[in-house]
Amino acid sequence: MTIHEQPHACPQQLTLKDFKSTVEPIWCSGCGDFGVLQALQRALAELGRPPHEVVVVSGIGCSSRLPAYTTAYGFHGVHGRALPVATGLKLARPDLEVITVGGDGDGYSIGGNHFLHAARRNVDLTYIVMDNRVYGMTKGQPSPTTEADWDSDAAPGGTGVKPFSPLAIALAAGANFVARGFALDVKPLAAMIVEAIRHPGFSFVEILSPCITFRPDEMEWKKSVARGVIQPTTDRAQATATVLSDTEMMTGIFFKGDRGTYRPAPTGHGDPEKIAAQFRIGGSAHMPSEEAEGCCG
Amino acid sequence: MSEARKSVAIVIAGSGGTGAITAGSALIAAAARDGHYGLMTKLSGAQVRGGEAAALLEIGSAADGGAIEAQPDRFDCLIALDWQDVHRFAPEIPLDRSSIIVCDPKNGAVPDAIARSGARVVELPIAQIAASVEGGRLNMVGFGIAAELAGLGEAAVDEAIRAMIGGKGEKAVTASIGASAAGRAAFAATGVSMALAPGKKAERWMCSGNEAVGLGALRGGITFVAAYPITPATEITEWLAVQMQEHGGRVVLAEDEIAAINMCCGSSFGGAPTMTITSGPGLALKVETIGLAIAAEIPMVIVDVMRVGPSTGVPTKSDQGDLDIALHGTPGDAPRVVIAPISIADCAATTERAVHLAEALQTPVMLLSDQSIGQTQTIIDIPTDRPAPLKRLTTPFATGADFRRYALTDSGVSPMPPPGVPDCQWVADGLSHAESGHPSNSAANHVAQLEKRLRKLDRFDFGDTWGEVFGPADATMALLAFGSSVGPAKVAAARLTAAGTPTRVVALRLLAPVQKAKLAAALAGVKRTIVVEQNHSAQLWRHLRGEKALPHGCESFARPGPAPFRAAEIVAHILREVAA
Repeated sequence: MTIHEQPHACPQQLTLKDFKSTVEPIWCSGCGDFGVLQALQRALAELGRPPHEVVVVSGIGCSSRLPAYTTAYGFHGVHGRALPVATGLKLARPDLEVITVGGDGDGYSIGGNHFLHAARRNVDLTYIVMDNRVYGMTKGQPSPTTEADWDSDAAPGGTGVKPFSPLAIALAAGANFVARGFALDVKPLAAMIVEAIRHPGFSFVEILSPCITFRPDEMEWKKSVARGVIQPTTDRAQATATVLSDTEMMTGIFFKGDRGTYRPAPTGHGDPEKIAAQFRIGGSAHMPSEEAEGCCG
Repeated sequence: MSEARKSVAIVIAGSGGTGAITAGSALIAAAARDGHYGLMTKLSGAQVRGGEAAALLEIGSAADGGAIEAQPDRFDCLIALDWQDVHRFAPEIPLDRSSIIVCDPKNGAVPDAIARSGARVVELPIAQIAASVEGGRLNMVGFGIAAELAGLGEAAVDEAIRAMIGGKGEKAVTASIGASAAGRAAFAATGVSMALAPGKKAERWMCSGNEAVGLGALRGGITFVAAYPITPATEITEWLAVQMQEHGGRVVLAEDEIAAINMCCGSSFGGAPTMTITSGPGLALKVETIGLAIAAEIPMVIVDVMRVGPSTGVPTKSDQGDLDIALHGTPGDAPRVVIAPISIADCAATTERAVHLAEALQTPVMLLSDQSIGQTQTIIDIPTDRPAPLKRLTTPFATGADFRRYALTDSGVSPMPPPGVPDCQWVADGLSHAESGHPSNSAANHVAQLEKRLRKLDRFDFGDTWGEVFGPADATMALLAFGSSVGPAKVAAARLTAAGTPTRVVALRLLAPVQKAKLAAALAGVKRTIVVEQNHSAQLWRHLRGEKALPHGCESFARPGPAPFRAAEIVAHILREVAA
């Protein structure tokens, strides 16, 4: 089977159920990630790509368990490295829909370098971060988006370190689509994910996804999220200004850019013996000999 | 005037910018055109640019008339384009009373570190000779001197220049040919000659090990490479990036070593034969993901061009100290394939084989090269042996609910359909998993999958990949070596044989899984076995001892880099041990 030559299936009528797997999530009841999973399943149904043409890639953490909960192909790798996996996959297989998912620890801390470079490289990927501002799987340590004064066993009284703005970083690094959603607003979130996937280049969707086990205070997000106040812009500076003046609680699409995506791989003659001929020296001529031609078969 | 000789060992040295390395490259290319073999090592100072540089060559043929595979014990001639800081190389340029030093008196006295070798000094006004030719450069005069010393033909010399700098235009070619001719004429007038016996003209390969690894990758079918720059491996990445422009395929410069190997996981999962390229410090960063690729059964080739470690070590010098990390580096139990080319001539085929093994066994294959193999330029007979291709098993046994990515087969190999294939969706996972690929904490599933992964390696027929035996059938002594230690071991064995102790070399190519029966057969009849390796802790010896693959009393000769192994050192060690 020549996988690279498979025709794209035409968009077909699919429903959320087509993307629902039989594997039971390990998430706590009330976890925001359930909302994200449902929104993603809705979005994929809306896009009409069959599950076998979709790959969901993740790293390590609560939210990174998501791939097994869909019926798509999946890659659940090591901590923080989902974006490089997705990058390699999309570059090798541009025909596939590649969606990367993970959490704030995975994406902004241990995988922070990859976040910068994925945005800069602008491969046609969608990156969904379920940001609960805490390490959940290891039971409640502060992450790069945790408030400086949030008390925990690992950092009694708080880390004293200012959290960073993932959206500002994504914009500065060159992301081509930047949005923030809220996990419990499933329908608008699904629409936002559809738009992110359709937008060419590196699309970044940060989702406020409450962890009610280790951050019960995040139950307030239902009320504190500011919906519908953001207008998308194509002006990166303006989007950055909006993001920086934000309380990190506004949802919507902040930026839609038009950067060219990462260049395609060179196609060539595919004959290594033409390359091997460069090593030849001392023969009668600078042409590949008959022996070399014979090796090609 | 001495007898025509089998080989001559020449060093061309000078400060940065004088072009000593270019002169060496011209010399080895001219030798190839005259039917000789050759080996060239480059030395450069620690400076990023502009430091002292030297090209160390031996041209002609080995004692058996074949290709030269090891650095010589000593050099016949040092041509100094100037003396600035060249003395720093003194320990790496062994000279003696039969050697000559060609230098320009205008540059002052021969530095003590070099003069104390007792080599005879032959003075030539190198700068003045260069200035006598319009556009003439010192290094081309040096090249001419070396070519005359070795008795290379004028046609070969001129062709080498034309092939090398023809792109710069006819004026540059004329100037270089003129300068080399002036150098030849001036040196001829000294009456000194170390002329080679005529070479056997034939089409051969001129390449470095790093380039040959690149070719092997293309022949094996690699279409995706992700790597991060690291000495001494970067040349493979650069070579492939350029060649793939014509050939097709992609090289991605990753943001770091970890990104590189994870990109490889992604592309390989997508179905592309994949390679990453690094050296020791980079390999250390990759080990977590190597464990993932072993657990999730993701094929890829991981090239490690070893250098002196630990940590930054000596990045430009050879060592074989990454064997331990290549064999064992990863948390948990993660058996893997470790393969090492036994010479530069073996690089292309072994790399091609590594790609096949990775694809067929759905596992990472570690390809252990080293700086000496990677960065040495050589003239070799065109390798004709090519491994038979092996492919990845992608066709599922069953689809839908019955599809099991990690089915427990007899061979241990199970179908790996790439994304895009309907009704086979699976999730690659570093979590312990069931046959379906679903995460599982069950001890039964965990052990079954560990055994499946080990079974892949244990039951596979590696055939002739295990290694090679060189030397007499009646050998009573064997030198067991891998990588760049094989070359000097072969020279040492030939000398020991000539001196009355028939000695063979057992060159191990497949370092893991160890092929014990093949190794035992190779050592049959041998009374004394010495494992020769270039590291401090006898890593190969310990590995083989742990596998119970060595005969009782097997000795170790382990010596770390950065000093290159020379045959004389191995012979001296063996004779000393006997005496002791």
